[in-house]
Amino acid sequence: MTQWLQYLGRTALGFLERLGRAHILLLRMLLGLPSLLPRFRLVIVQMRSVGVLSLVIIVVSGVFVGMVLGLQGYNTLVDFGSEQSLGVVVALTLVRELGPVVAALLFAGRAGSALTAEIGLMKATEQLSGMEMMAVDPLRRVLAPRLLAGFFSMPLLAAIFTAVGVLGGYFVGVGLLGVDSGAFWSQMQAKVDWYEDVLNGVIKSLVFGFVASWIAVFEGYDADPTSEGVSRATTRTVVHTSLAVLGLDFVLTALMFGDL
Amino acid sequence: METRTLEIGVGAFVAAGLAALFMLAMQVSNLSGFSIDERSSYTLTARFDNVGGLKVRAPVSMAGVQIGRVVAIDVNQDTYEAEVRLAILNKYNRLPEDSSASIFTAGLLGEQYIGLEAGGSERYLQDGDRIRLTQSALVLEQIIGQFLFGKAAEGISQPAEKE
Repeated sequence: MTQWLQYLGRTALGFLERLGRAHILLLRMLLGLPSLLPRFRLVIVQMRSVGVLSLVIIVVSGVFVGMVLGLQGYNTLVDFGSEQSLGVVVALTLVRELGPVVAALLFAGRAGSALTAEIGLMKATEQLSGMEMMAVDPLRRVLAPRLLAGFFSMPLLAAIFTAVGVLGGYFVGVGLLGVDSGAFWSQMQAKVDWYEDVLNGVIKSLVFGFVASWIAVFEGYDADPTSEGVSRATTRTVVHTSLAVLGLDFVLTALMFGDL
Repeated sequence: METRTLEIGVGAFVAAGLAALFMLAMQVSNLSGFSIDERSSYTLTARFDNVGGLKVRAPVSMAGVQIGRVVAIDVNQDTYEAEVRLAILNKYNRLPEDSSASIFTAGLLGEQYIGLEAGGSERYLQDGDRIRLTQSALVLEQIIGQFLFGKAAEGISQPAEKE
C-alpha cells in the first residue's frame, strides 16, 4: 500500500518537475529572443528544415483530405438536394478545424520528431556542453531559432493545407461529381467569414505551432543522453504534441465558436 | 551557392503560405464580397414591434439585391420597440421617404433579413432618418397561438348562434 502511494507520489512529482523545467526553458528561450534578432539567419535555416521540407506531406495530405471531404459531404448533402452547399461544408470544416489540427499533427510527426531527435543527439554527443564550454549559450544558438521557426512555419503550413484542401474538394465536387462551379464558390463566399472563420483558424495554427515546437524543443533538451533516451523523447514529442493539439483545439473552439 | 538555394527555398515557402492565405481571403471567405464600412455607407433606423431572430450583420435588400447591412439592434426604452440601425451603401441614395421595411426569412428555415420596399415619395431618405413603415418578423408561436385562439372563438360562437 505504501509502495503504491510512493509510486503515485513519485509520478506526480516527476510530472510537476518536468512541467516546471519546460516552463523555465521556455522563459529562458524567450529572454534569449532579442539577441537572436541580429542573427536572424539561424531562424531562416531552421525554417527550411521545419517548413519547406514539410511542404510535400502537407500538400499531399491536404489534397486528399479535401477530396474525401468533398466526396463524403456530397453523399450526405445529395440526399437533401442541397449539394450546392458542398463548398460551404468543405471550406468551413477545413478553415475552422481540419486545416490547423491536421497540419499540426503532421507537423508534430514530420518536424517535431526531427527537432527532438536532433537536439537529443546533440546533447548525447555532448555538442551542447561543448558550446557551453565555448561560452555559446545553446539555448540562444540552438533552441530558440528552432522554436521561432516552428512558430512562423505552422500558420503558413496550415494555410497551405487549407487552400489545397479546398481545391481538392473543388476537384472532386465540381470536376467529378458535377456540382455547379458558381454555386460552389458563391455559397462558400457567402458563408465563410474572414474574421470569424479564417482569422480564428490562423490564431489556432499559431497556438498549435508554438505548443508543438515548444514540446519538441523541450523533449530534445530534456532527453536522457543515451540512444534509448533520445528514442523515448522522440516518441513522447509526437504523443504529447498530438494530445496537446487535440485538447487545445477543443478549448480554442469553445472560446471562439461555442457559447460555453 | 548553398545559402542561395536555401534562401530561395524559404522565400518560396513563405510566398506560398501568403498566397494560400490570400486565396482564403479572396476566394473562400467573404472579404472580397459585400463589404461595408463607415465611409461607404449612411445610416437609417427602423423601429419594429418584434425583430424575431434578426441578427447584427444580417443583409438589407431591396428587390432581392443586397444594398446594406444591419449594424445594431437595440430596445428603445420609451416605446419598448426594437430599434434597428441599417447601414446602406452610399450609391443607393435615392430611397423614397415613404419606403417600408419588413423582416423576412430567406427560405423556410433560412436566416432573417430586412427587405426594403420603395414608396412613391419624391423626397429621399437622408443619413440618420427613420423608416416609418415597418412590418415585424413573423413569430411562428404567435401565429399558431392566434390560429388556436381563432379556432377556440369559433367553437364558442357557433353554439351561441344556434340558440
